[in-house]
Amino acid sequence: MKARSTLTALVALLIFCAGYAALFLAPDEATMHAIQRIFYFHVASWNAMFCAFFVAFYASVAYLVTGKRKWDALGVSGVEVGVICCTIGLITGPLWARPVWGIWWTWDAKLTSTFILWLLFIAYLLLRGLLEDPEKKASLSAIFAIFASLDIPLVYLANRLWRTQHPQPVIAGGQGSGLDPTMSKVLLLCLLAIFCVMILVLVDRYRLELLRNEAAELKFEIESRGPDALGVASEGAATRALQKGGQ
Amino acid sequence: MTTVRAAGIVLAKELRLEFRTRELLTATVIFALVVVVLFSFAFDPTAAESRRYGPGLLWIAFLFAGSLMLNPSFAREQNNETLDALRMAPISSFAILLGKILANFIFMSLAELVLVPVFAVLYNLSLAGIVWRLILVLALGTLGLTVTGTVFSAVSAHARMRELLLPLLLLPLLTPLLIAAVESTASLFAEQPALDRTWLAFLAGFDIVFLTATWLLCDHLLEE
Amino acid sequence: MPATPASIGVSFHNVEKRFGSLAALRSVSLEIRAGEFVALLGPNGAGKTTLLRMAALLMNPTRGAVLFTNGPAVVSERVRAQAPVVRPKHAIGLVGHSTLLYDELTAAENLTLFARLYALENIAATVAAALDDCGLATRAGSLVHTFSRGMRQRLAIARALLHQPSVILLDEPAAGLDRQGLAWFSSRLARLKSDGCTVLMSTHARNESLDLATRAIALAGGRVEHDSGSDGDPRALLSTLRAEQ
Repeated sequence: MKARSTLTALVALLIFCAGYAALFLAPDEATMHAIQRIFYFHVASWNAMFCAFFVAFYASVAYLVTGKRKWDALGVSGVEVGVICCTIGLITGPLWARPVWGIWWTWDAKLTSTFILWLLFIAYLLLRGLLEDPEKKASLSAIFAIFASLDIPLVYLANRLWRTQHPQPVIAGGQGSGLDPTMSKVLLLCLLAIFCVMILVLVDRYRLELLRNEAAELKFEIESRGPDALGVASEGAATRALQKGGQ
Repeated sequence: MTTVRAAGIVLAKELRLEFRTRELLTATVIFALVVVVLFSFAFDPTAAESRRYGPGLLWIAFLFAGSLMLNPSFAREQNNETLDALRMAPISSFAILLGKILANFIFMSLAELVLVPVFAVLYNLSLAGIVWRLILVLALGTLGLTVTGTVFSAVSAHARMRELLLPLLLLPLLTPLLIAAVESTASLFAEQPALDRTWLAFLAGFDIVFLTATWLLCDHLLEE
Repeated sequence: MPATPASIGVSFHNVEKRFGSLAALRSVSLEIRAGEFVALLGPNGAGKTTLLRMAALLMNPTRGAVLFTNGPAVVSERVRAQAPVVRPKHAIGLVGHSTLLYDELTAAENLTLFARLYALENIAATVAAALDDCGLATRAGSLVHTFSRGMRQRLAIARALLHQPSVILLDEPAAGLDRQGLAWFSSRLARLKSDGCTVLMSTHARNESLDLATRAIALAGGRVEHDSGSDGDPRALLSTLRAEQ
């Protein structure tokens, strides 16, 4: 418990530093000025997203190979956290684009691909929601996660091949092109901070899922032994015991 | 028994079942036609616009029609639990899947055989000189569609709202295939028809990736 | 006349099956020797169907193992045994709750399909003989959905026995059969028994087939409640339970 609290505190501190650095320490960008600072978190959330989805892919394969429920728990955690990071990225993108380029959305390769990624993994969550049997839920969503993960490089490749065939208007202020050294440092700090937050949330979600599974198992155990076998452990028996005591 | 032979028996069964009623085939063709006609209300197809938007429209019609047609593939086997009978037989799960994939491929191809000429007529596009190359593109694209669609039919057969779920799972996954197929088709309908090798290779790659994934995961897919 | 199929026995070792938080089978251990005719008794939800489906290799146990003597093993927890599972499949036949038949195919087409899948020889002759045996020869070319319930059940049984399995699993097979069908079914079972097949039959109602039983096992709440044993007398168990039901 103590280790976790310390860790959480450290990550909180890290994020605070990163935020401060991004907002105040990083030099002002020539053309975009203040709004450009969103770039640090925008890029960081993409990286965190890919890490989370990779974890989900690995966990899905591990589940199908070993059959251990903990991998399924890790898989769903990875997807959920990945979807959150993706959503953050998809929201910060337009927030940045609007003041800079005057448009909310551009159908450029990266953004389109990431949007499709978001749709794919939302579909994963929908699939899980619509499957009732826990074992089927785990194995079928693992299969879908594997298919979706295999699709990721294909989506990006297709979009890139396609968009380069149809030249897009050149967008000023391309990110990452010759970054100022201070900016690079701030970017690295933000990458690390967001990554740590992602890991923390992932682990929490994973533990939550494990606890849920454990609770379901215990419930099963209680029900299978019948209400009286565990004495006052069940509500019914407790109520009866109290009523008896009252008389 | 070899997988191919077993798949052949399953395929024969699927074909026999469908050709007895032809309900699914008919519905698929009609639905795709409706999509094609509907699009004509969205824009007035002049020659240049047809060439530009036509391939996209064609493939969207195929994807929509396909994602509806692929659902019964496994949903029908829940009738009398016939899938259990197939699983008990001494054949591999891949044989069952392959048989169904091939059957769906044939059905989809038959629908396309009807739709493409109709589409060419409605949108004033000439098929002269590009027929064989077009068939190649259609075949590669349809294969990707039927492989992934059949797998997801097996997945969604266990879920609630399966008719809605299948397109939801399938269509985002197929966007790379859509891009590749549309680009390949468009380059065939261009002023100077040419076979785009990059996109063709991409389509083939897509098919290989997912066919391999299906082969590796087939046991888990059909497990109870 | 085909040769007698090699006898195969089935054993369950601490088999447990859960569907989410629902336990269908809790730690069932049974050894059924080759050639035994087991009557599986118990109320609804006792786990009879799950046990049969597990023996049919349609599902893996959550824990424990289902083994076939004189055949390769099938183990749980998604770890496939070294030997392929294909061989026992040849030797297993199941008559389940559903008919396992394609309604939109004819009787002959259904049987031919399964004859092909099981790689039988002389398919046409085998199918014709099977249809003749169950009294459906005149309806060979009719679609199954035109059949009455009794006819469908007869065809379902014929389908299960088509490949001459050594292990026959029957889940309430008498359901839907009329008097004629029952008579045919009983005589068919008697033949299987004399051929040395291992039969595991779950049943609710009293029928003559129960007289063939060499052993009775009663399940309740996913556990084995009573077992007359391989060498015991099943009649006592059968008669007491018949009175209850």
